[in-house]
Amino acid sequence: MSTVATVPEGTVNPYALSHLDSLESEAVHIFREVAGEFERPVILFSGGKDSIVMLHLALKAFAPAPVPFTLLHVDTGHNFPEVLEYRDRTVKNHGLRLHVASVQEYIDAGKLRERPDGTRNPLQTVPLTEAIQQHRFDAVFGGGRRDEEKARAKERVFSLRDEFSQWDPRRQRPELWQLYNGRHAPGEHVRVFPISNWTELDVWQYIEREGIELPEIYFAHEREVFDRNGMWLTAGHWGGPKEHESTETRLVRYRTVGDMSCTGAVDSDATTLDAVITEIAASRLTERGATRADDKMSEAAMEDRKREGYF
Amino acid sequence: MTTTTTTEQFADVSATTLLRFATAGSVDDGKSTLVGRLLHDSKSILTDQLEAVEQASLKRGQEAPDLALLTDGLRAEREQGITIDVAYRYFATTRRRFILADTPGHVQYTRNMVTGASTAELAVVLVDARNGVVEQTRRHAAVAALLRVPHVVLAVNKMDLVDYAEPVFASIAEEFTAYAASLGVPEITAIPISALAGDNVVEPSAHMDWYGGPTVLEHLETVPVSHDLTACHARFPVQYVIRPQSAEHPDYRGYAGQIAAGVFRVGEPVSVLPSGRTTTITGIDALGESVDIAWAPQSVTLRLADDIDISRGDLIAPAEDSPAVTRDVEATVCHVADQPLSVGQRVLLKHTTRTVKAIVKDIPSRLTLDDLSQHPAPGQLVANDIGRVVVRTAEPLALDAYADSRRTGSFLLIDPADGTTLSAGMAGASFAAVAEAVAPAADDDAAWDF
Repeated sequence: MSTVATVPEGTVNPYALSHLDSLESEAVHIFREVAGEFERPVILFSGGKDSIVMLHLALKAFAPAPVPFTLLHVDTGHNFPEVLEYRDRTVKNHGLRLHVASVQEYIDAGKLRERPDGTRNPLQTVPLTEAIQQHRFDAVFGGGRRDEEKARAKERVFSLRDEFSQWDPRRQRPELWQLYNGRHAPGEHVRVFPISNWTELDVWQYIEREGIELPEIYFAHEREVFDRNGMWLTAGHWGGPKEHESTETRLVRYRTVGDMSCTGAVDSDATTLDAVITEIAASRLTERGATRADDKMSEAAMEDRKREGYF
Repeated sequence: MTTTTTTEQFADVSATTLLRFATAGSVDDGKSTLVGRLLHDSKSILTDQLEAVEQASLKRGQEAPDLALLTDGLRAEREQGITIDVAYRYFATTRRRFILADTPGHVQYTRNMVTGASTAELAVVLVDARNGVVEQTRRHAAVAALLRVPHVVLAVNKMDLVDYAEPVFASIAEEFTAYAASLGVPEITAIPISALAGDNVVEPSAHMDWYGGPTVLEHLETVPVSHDLTACHARFPVQYVIRPQSAEHPDYRGYAGQIAAGVFRVGEPVSVLPSGRTTTITGIDALGESVDIAWAPQSVTLRLADDIDISRGDLIAPAEDSPAVTRDVEATVCHVADQPLSVGQRVLLKHTTRTVKAIVKDIPSRLTLDDLSQHPAPGQLVANDIGRVVVRTAEPLALDAYADSRRTGSFLLIDPADGTTLSAGMAGASFAAVAEAVAPAADDDAAWDF
């Protein structure tokens, strides 16, 4: 569990913080800055490990008071049932309020059209930005990390978005010291990334240290999957497999949690946190390279989606 | 020496520290090569990233993979082959985690390097061994000194192109060290390297047995990450008041914040600024755990003996060691916005957790970084300018000199109309080792001495 006030062994300076304590302290500072300066903040919460860590940090930041933010989930309609179950249980346990923006509702209403490849991740942008406008959220916490992707490496901790939620990398404010500038015009909002400086391994080590519960799909389990473009996708009502694709049962786990149509599983026998951490440390593939189809669409896929308002 | 990372070692490590550092170098000094080698040899470039770079390079008709594509994350950067903005990169060894502020070396160097250096505990200044200390090198040293980066590494690169000759290195190191020391840079480490050939970056060089010091990585792994905080003036800017008012915690009132400097202990008498009221710390909650002592940069919650009026923007400091409260701020600023900063301009000043209205009373001088000469009364500052300013605030601030605390001596000037960050400010004297006369009035520009 927490080692906040203890001095790490073997360090020369008794006041040096461990890297996890430094990252935790910085993230908590960011949460409190937003609570102090914004009217209507919201945490994007998908039930994935990064948003779970964010919620854990927010709980610690304001303890013993409740988290002063609501949650927002953009539900693609193709989410893993285990993750939705985890999401709802977590919200209930902490007495939080959850808003859901549904891609399926947008498709049913004719406001969005299903893509030929069945991928719904890019379709999240419109429900997300409309939910932000509708609820007049002025600060939106995202679990994005700069180590995930080269366009994200250029992202500020406080990222100003215009009334269309667009990201303009050339209009970014220089970010100096820990002085975050959250000023924005009415209609604009700020995306806030408290775990910008964390890596995938930091997230897992923190989950282990803090004893944070995760949805079980993060650990190795038998699952019916099929191969599409070199990734193991879960068979299901969302539209897979197609006629020429055949399913098989494999021992797999997920490194990221997203839309079932574009999030691949990896072969793994890691059933514990220790085993997962060892596996990630040895992996020669990045998290998104291994398991995300939507980033492979083009060299600038993430940048283009971010420009449109994706988080 | 530990240079490579095996799986077992990597997964085992749990108590490593974190070092934030920045690189500075102009386009041809080999900065990307150095960054690429540090990332590559610490296993931070993975197969799929390399494959993506290879494919993208092929598409552009390049035969060898262009490693700049790894770091140039934006469409415009790749199209133009330039780096637009600071990017942050992450790598690790068994000893330590690193956050690297990768600052581009093109014309907008000043604001980019200031941005990168503001959070850095160490700066790597690259020099081409063939050219020695040039104008750009002095600029980088001056920015590192101005931002009070505690450790500076001079990496004399391209030693392979000067036959690994010791006298070449020695004379560059001597010249740089003398210059940086005259600005007050507290610690300078000079390392002869070849980023391309790999000499003294990660592995010790086989070509320079006359050099007995650490490699770049070894130095990064062992340099102390923070100074003796007990010696710093303790400072706690209040971020947020935590008051659950629940059945379980009916009377809890805690002041949440990140300790900016120094150490706080339960039982210690403290002052609250700017009001000046005094009370005693009765409890420290370190993210859910009750502790007796806490230090920078921990995020904690303080509980106090008396229910006095304290809100976001106040500063808690030891009763016998509180900063003076002032409405007149004299500082050096780096102007980071495209719109200028002018005398008479109304701005917002953000200092720690407090944002107040302010007016630019005077811009006594503009600094020329190349030779540290001053240009008196420039009237305004434009993008990338560094100058002295005098600012009058609408409310009092508990402001330290930047020399004493990077966190409570720094501030932003913000355009109240559109929220643009205009300038990065550092209160007090500019350079540690240069005597500075403080002018009581702005009628004598020559008194502003950089």
